[in-house]
Amino acid sequence: MEPGFVSLTGVSHRYGGIQAGPEGVLAVQDLTININRGEFAAVVGPSGCGKSTLMKLATGLQFPFAGSVRVGGEEVTKPLKIAGMAFQAPTLLPWRSTLDNLLLPLEIVQPHRSELRRKKAQYVERAEKLLASVGLGGFGSKFPWQLSGGMQQRTSLCRALIHEPQLLMLDEPFGALDAFTREELWCVIRDLHAARGITVILVTHDLREAVFLADRIFVMSQRPGRILVERKVELPRPRDLEVTYTKDFADIVHELRGHIVQARQ
Amino acid sequence: MNRSKAFIRLVPWLFTIALFVFWEIICRAFKIPEFFLPPPTAVFKATYDYWPAILRNSWITLESTMLGFLLAVGFGLLLGLVIGWSRTIYAGIYPLMIGFNAIPKVAVVPILVLWFGIGFIPAVLTAFLISFFPIVVNVATGLATIEPELEDVLKALGASKLDIMRKVGIPRSLPYFFGSLKVAITLAFVGTVVSESVASNNGIGNLMLQAQAQFNVPLIFAGLLALAVLGIVMYWLMALLELRMTGWAQRSGFAQN
Repeated sequence: MEPGFVSLTGVSHRYGGIQAGPEGVLAVQDLTININRGEFAAVVGPSGCGKSTLMKLATGLQFPFAGSVRVGGEEVTKPLKIAGMAFQAPTLLPWRSTLDNLLLPLEIVQPHRSELRRKKAQYVERAEKLLASVGLGGFGSKFPWQLSGGMQQRTSLCRALIHEPQLLMLDEPFGALDAFTREELWCVIRDLHAARGITVILVTHDLREAVFLADRIFVMSQRPGRILVERKVELPRPRDLEVTYTKDFADIVHELRGHIVQARQ
Repeated sequence: MNRSKAFIRLVPWLFTIALFVFWEIICRAFKIPEFFLPPPTAVFKATYDYWPAILRNSWITLESTMLGFLLAVGFGLLLGLVIGWSRTIYAGIYPLMIGFNAIPKVAVVPILVLWFGIGFIPAVLTAFLISFFPIVVNVATGLATIEPELEDVLKALGASKLDIMRKVGIPRSLPYFFGSLKVAITLAFVGTVVSESVASNNGIGNLMLQAQAQFNVPLIFAGLLALAVLGIVMYWLMALLELRMTGWAQRSGFAQN
């Protein structure tokens, strides 16, 4: 099989990293997954199956003790700067305004870091555009604690995208939100993916979320995690929220649920 | 709403006055002799009578305290950052610091006198020694409680440890730092006075010791009152500083009504 943009081959990893030694609990074992450039991939599985480990491996925050992790055709040996990340908690800095929170990655990642002073106005404009694109236009001067949970999560998404990464990693980004806000943000992500053509890996518990957003869904097994099932979602794009009430949609969710139930046993 | 706010501003004064009135009544009702527990009126009279001495010694005490406190701030901040930076340093230094903090500082004063003679320097150093611990602990705590997810976000961008420290660690530990100043400043007064009453010819501590030798009990209490006023003023200044520097961290309405 052709290696994808993100490609993990025969990867095994323990909790606590390589330092944990042979006593460490295996988080993933012999995991192989290939994700194409521009694809929207979702990873679902029972809790504690090593989904978050998968994310850390793919972004170079941790390195596997067996197998290989390649992104963009290159072996991952250090943290991946072409990736943006967002988590369940928005982790915004309360002492910075929303706009300054967005600019944080540009203060760190090269080449923006050295150009920040010179191109400040340009970067601020970029941040404001990004905020407007997720419906937060004009909120840049507000502090994170003045925003609702959904707005904070949008800001967190923007922060993950500000340095124009090629890969977006989302670790249950909507887990803490209410159902309506969650569906709203599904559409935000859907539009961002469509507009930018970036590769997205979404780790989630929510099967409906996975089916609505993803091109392909990977079902992981109980710990130590590996890929049990790979399911293509052929629902036509652009997808409207209405699609979640169709029979085709329900069938896929139902099928995935069956896999998860099996994986839990 | 406005009236209740004004009332809350008055409350500390009302409570203070009530305490003094209560104290006066107890002294009179039970006919407590002045050399045992002087009533507030006697304490105020002593304050008035000895005002020049109290003022001069208060300045000296304040000077020693502030210098010791500033040393503690500088050293405490630095040590807190170092301890928060590295697990190894933390593991190595922390037990030592706890042990050191457990030593009564009054026991250290004779050693300081042996090294530096009596007076100003032991007072400053005692104030410093007693007040740096809460600063170190608080700064280190601020650094140790950075959210791991946030660390991941930054690390994935290629942030160095220094970057994470500058962008997240230090701003994040500032509320802890400024909070600890309030504790440290009051402790610093304790240190100065302990040292002054053991080994000095100046300061409120020494003034109280002399008053005790002369059985001038109202003057002892006048000294205590002066210390209390100094402590309250400095605490209030630190609280103000905290509010100005880290107002973003104090938005809970929990204790505000």
